[in-house]
Amino acid sequence: MEYVLMIISAVLVNNIVLTQFLGICPFLGVSKRLSTALGMGGGVVFVMTLSTIITYLIQTYILVPFKIEFMQTIIYILVIAALVQMVEIMLKKVSPALYQALGVYLPLITTNCTILGVAILVVRKEFNLIESTVFAISNSVGFTFALIIFAGIRERLELLEIPKAMKGIPLALVLAGLLSLAFMGFSGIVH
Amino acid sequence: MSPWQNFIKGFIKENPVFVLVLGTCPTLAVTTSVANAIGMGLSTTFVLVTSNIAIAALKDFIPDKVRIPCFIVVIASFVTIVDLVMAGFFQVIHSQLGIFIPLIVVNCIVLGRAEAYAAKNSLLPSAIDGLSMGLGFTFALLILSTVREALGEGSFLGHKFIHSDGILFFILAPGAFIVFGYVIAIINRLNRCKK
Repeated sequence: MEYVLMIISAVLVNNIVLTQFLGICPFLGVSKRLSTALGMGGGVVFVMTLSTIITYLIQTYILVPFKIEFMQTIIYILVIAALVQMVEIMLKKVSPALYQALGVYLPLITTNCTILGVAILVVRKEFNLIESTVFAISNSVGFTFALIIFAGIRERLELLEIPKAMKGIPLALVLAGLLSLAFMGFSGIVH
Repeated sequence: MSPWQNFIKGFIKENPVFVLVLGTCPTLAVTTSVANAIGMGLSTTFVLVTSNIAIAALKDFIPDKVRIPCFIVVIASFVTIVDLVMAGFFQVIHSQLGIFIPLIVVNCIVLGRAEAYAAKNSLLPSAIDGLSMGLGFTFALLILSTVREALGEGSFLGHKFIHSDGILFFILAPGAFIVFGYVIAIINRLNRCKK
């Protein structure tokens, strides 16, 4: 039951982009078209889940027993960078169509603060492996969810007349603020 | 570019937050108070200067194909140093900034400057570039956090000047986005007026 609460919390109540402020750069950069948003979201789900599992295992079985927790930042980011590289190579061979669709966004996932953020968060929140995996999947789904809504609205906004100073990033930020405000309506579902 | 021009560019002309729109995650998250903003700004400046120096010094020894992972390891090492120093000597700010200290390693400003400047220039210009971008980042955070703390709490650096409740909206997530958006819009307008 608590897994359901965790999923609802991660996707709606504490949405990773709209309340935790992780993943803003790709959020603003990739969300102009619905198709790219979906591609980015899919990539993030895959990389985040896999990297959280692997970094969790490294933390539990290597960093803590050998008392080298201070190496966390360095090891984690290396694992994530290596993972993204591997995913890119695998995807090229297994599904060239999907690789083409994701294009340049796949390497951008490495510097996505969501991936590193969630990997570190599961350690700070002291989850076990299953909880960490559920947390990772639901947060990445939450990211994709917010991204899709955002992209859908931005596609419509393209058709309107916007004051010059507000064009582009300022409007996107105000829009994100309103979306974040709307999501605040979900607070209190999980107590 | 003269050293002075190199130093001054990060504040207005090439401000990493308002012009290059990099490092937006910590910008939104830590600008709830001026103290947190200064703490984050100075930590990032330290990482920027040290990693720029290290990468400019090592650039001839790093093979081109693996340069990004190498840069990331260099940056991560300095971020770890900052994290441990803050945990030891500045516990309050350390706990306030929380997860965003290790996240400096994926702050696009740091890797961006390493790739765009330090990898192609010598030591002193790279150091000045790091200092410029870092202080420009701190400057931007200062502007945003002043607005948010003044409107949200009626205080500056913890000293209240409006002795009643502030507007909670500006401390919360939506307020962060909207203040940031409008500040960029104002800066866009000012830039256009100059031309």
